[in-house]
Amino acid sequence: MLFVVLAPLAFSVLALLDPLAARRPRALLAGGLTHLAGVGWLIVAAPSPALHGWLELDPLAKVVLPVISLLFAACSVYAQGYLARRRDRDNRLFVGGLLILLSAMTVVATSQHLGLSWVAIELTTLSTAPLIYFDKSARALEAAWKYLLVCSLGIALALLGTFFLALASASTGGPHSLLLSDLVRAGHMLSQAWVRAGFAFLLVGYGTKMGLAPLHSWKPDAYGEAPGILGALLSGGVTSLGFVSLARVVQVCSAAGEAAFARDALVAMGLFSMGLASVYVIGQRDFKRMLAYSSVEHMGILAFGLGLGGVATSSAMFHAVNNALTKGVLFLAAGNIHRSYGSKLVDEVRGAARRLPVSGSLFLAGFLAITGSPPFGPFFSEFSILNGALGAGRYAVGALYLIFLSVIFVGMGATVLKVVPGDPAGAPEVANTRDSLATAGPPLFLMALVLALGLHLPRGLKVLFDAAAARVGT
Amino acid sequence: MALSLFDLFLALLLAPLLLGVVNRVKSIFAGRRGPPLWQLYADLLRLWRKGVVYSHTTTWVFRAGPLVAVAALLTAALFLPFGGAPAALSFSGDFVLFAYLLGLARFATALAALDTGSSFEGMGAAREVTFASMAEPALFLCLVTLAKATGGLSLTAILGPALPEAWVRFAPALLLAAIALFVVTLAENSRIPVDDPNTHLELTMIHEVMVLDHSGPDFALIQYGTSLKLFLSGALFARVALGFCEREGLLRLALFLGGLAGFATLVGVVESTMARLRLSRVPQLLVGASVLSAFGLVLLLR
Amino acid sequence: MKAFAEMVFILVVVIDFSLLVSSRLKAVIRAAAAQGALLSVLPLLLSSERVEVGHVLALSLGALVVKGVVIPWLLTVAIREARIRREVEPIVGFIPSLILGAVGVALAFALSNGMPLPTPEKHDLLVPTALSTVWTGLLLVVSRRKAVSQVIGFLVLENGVFVFGLLLSDFMPTMVEAGVLLDLVAAVFVMGIVMFDINREFSSLDTEKLSAPKD
Repeated sequence: MLFVVLAPLAFSVLALLDPLAARRPRALLAGGLTHLAGVGWLIVAAPSPALHGWLELDPLAKVVLPVISLLFAACSVYAQGYLARRRDRDNRLFVGGLLILLSAMTVVATSQHLGLSWVAIELTTLSTAPLIYFDKSARALEAAWKYLLVCSLGIALALLGTFFLALASASTGGPHSLLLSDLVRAGHMLSQAWVRAGFAFLLVGYGTKMGLAPLHSWKPDAYGEAPGILGALLSGGVTSLGFVSLARVVQVCSAAGEAAFARDALVAMGLFSMGLASVYVIGQRDFKRMLAYSSVEHMGILAFGLGLGGVATSSAMFHAVNNALTKGVLFLAAGNIHRSYGSKLVDEVRGAARRLPVSGSLFLAGFLAITGSPPFGPFFSEFSILNGALGAGRYAVGALYLIFLSVIFVGMGATVLKVVPGDPAGAPEVANTRDSLATAGPPLFLMALVLALGLHLPRGLKVLFDAAAARVGT
Repeated sequence: MALSLFDLFLALLLAPLLLGVVNRVKSIFAGRRGPPLWQLYADLLRLWRKGVVYSHTTTWVFRAGPLVAVAALLTAALFLPFGGAPAALSFSGDFVLFAYLLGLARFATALAALDTGSSFEGMGAAREVTFASMAEPALFLCLVTLAKATGGLSLTAILGPALPEAWVRFAPALLLAAIALFVVTLAENSRIPVDDPNTHLELTMIHEVMVLDHSGPDFALIQYGTSLKLFLSGALFARVALGFCEREGLLRLALFLGGLAGFATLVGVVESTMARLRLSRVPQLLVGASVLSAFGLVLLLR
Repeated sequence: MKAFAEMVFILVVVIDFSLLVSSRLKAVIRAAAAQGALLSVLPLLLSSERVEVGHVLALSLGALVVKGVVIPWLLTVAIREARIRREVEPIVGFIPSLILGAVGVALAFALSNGMPLPTPEKHDLLVPTALSTVWTGLLLVVSRRKAVSQVIGFLVLENGVFVFGLLLSDFMPTMVEAGVLLDLVAAVFVMGIVMFDINREFSSLDTEKLSAPKD
């Protein structure tokens, strides 16, 4: 298991030391594919925990790690085309940072020690902040600054929360450890006051990393200004990992008997995020910022599902997968459109379907998928969460959920339908930015996956999602 | 009782000497020899023998101002225990009366200033009263902290034998209260960094400008009142700061006088090394002092 | 030992107050450095017999160097590059910040009374001090306009978290504590680099001017 963590790091060192700019993207591709192969082998071979049980492929990891690996591999293929066209910028930090990000993400996914996951999450923030500044514009600088400050603030509060949990485990008879298995086994021996306080701070801290409202203020700027690849990885990978870390904390809370408090908080924050996203997505003129608010919405859905428990939590796991893949499609396609028109604003971009047939249609398909249209995957996961809510008798929150989803569909639709159809004649065009295999292939592949998951969810995956939900607790 | 009266008499007599010590310290810092320690006595005598001039715009308020001020301060002196011995008068809650007697003295002076009808004096009065209203919460928080620490409700009980025990148990809280009390003392007595007693520029005067119109015996009363107020504040601070020592008899008196001298030196040092704060920064200083003493109180209540 | 530790905790809170009210950036940096230096002494004062002296000494020294020397030096270089000396009136004014800070401290003390501790005699004032410092840091980050002040606020917050972490020094592995320090350096370094670039884009380190993207 250490191999999948260390391999990307090795490639990142190679990339950082490589003097030839044209060769560095190959390291990215090599790193991504090696990681994918490694993860595939892990799923098949099911090895025992590494590092004295600090790294383990538990059900939550099995849900999220393959998705991240696939997403990264697709992005690394995309990067070949993207970086080839961006020769004006120095890509040393870009390639190195992305590979470090992959390594850190792997650690977060598999870590069973709350302290280790914290360090790795902090590393994801640090390794991506300079990359947001890739465009070197004033707005990118502000976005990078806000991202770094807000996320670091959240991370510091998350550390305090982790300390609270450690203190909870230090009560008489407690396990005196931050390993998940020890904490869960201790159950009611943990000091409840500290667990509750710890959960509150960890919700704020990891919620900032996820981008739940009201801690989402970095998202619109960061996703709006970052290159498409980074947007895909952040919104598909890092936010899902924030969700997984939060789920692990809920696991501890359930064992300690504080599940009710945790779940109520999650449902409230989830609905608040969805509501806020629905307000800001209406009349959004920048289609990349629109995607940021969509990300806030989906993190809200994930928190909502996690908070409801039972069937809804299992669907939330499924939704995490769907969201990650679909966001990959959306951001990569949006990146293509942005680059071709030289602008992100709805006023200046139209007719994307004609100029960039693949990217344009993918952007439209991705929009339909993410807002929950059948037959794509997200429809089934979102519907299932609603089912869970109504089945548990929580009609009010279920109704709110449905209302927000509809509002967002309308709001996003207005923006997307201005960008994709129409006549591109007269709109600004940048040379040499038509769809190519490298820039259009990966999002197409991811979209196919999303469609496949919607048409037929393999039995094995369903069992996995149920197992992950059961881990989190009832 | 006799001891208390003796202490009181000594206090009233020595008040101008304290101001002399402050001025001497400042002169030493400035590299001069400075005026003799009993300079203020000579000034008071000189002023007393002079005639007095009253402006046509003033009324009886202007004449009454200095008298009421000194009377209030003398009454306040009755309640303050000097150096640990009981005060001449005391009852439960008299520290509130003490604070407000000092306030009454300031009020009378400010009224007299307003009575002159000059905008110059009015400006000084306005500034002085504003700063005083900000120093008041700080003063009360200090006194409440002391009351809570010693368990007493009158100045005699607070500053009496209970104080050394309180110092042993609650040293940090009392230290914070003492620091805040020092800042409040500087504010109430119009010393640097709140006000400059030596300046005569319109832009920078606060207390000085209030008393600009008084002359002769009235001015002598004002000067004496100022020195007495400094003495009373200094006595309070010295007792709180040195409260951890407990001696008897003549040694107690010597300790008290030594503490006062230390206080005067400290004031002189502060005045010589710091500049006056910008007027907009004075509220921050006073709120800071309030917060410090509030923190001391929180430490006590924990 | 206990009296010294108590004194250090109280000094830390007093420094918190001074950070909230001060507008001269050099004074703020110095105060934050003093706070960091004070905190580096705490592991030595609070260590129990169960932990080896070498580890505690290393932690103290590391904290002293990073918090007391390196980071303040970086910040001083930053303000020298940008040639700024004062914080302008913050979003929440100086006096309201001070009062809010005082209220936070009082709340921290009140709330800590209810929380059970494994070794209550040793760490009487620790939890309230830690929470007060975290609150102060949060106030600074949220209410200050200049980027340097926000970074200092973040550092103060990390100080508070560090103080809290000392509670675990008896039984938790080194990794968490080392991780905190390491990440702190890394975070400030990166922030510093960004700050220098921010500095070149705008001639004042004023983040209010950076409100260009708006919805």
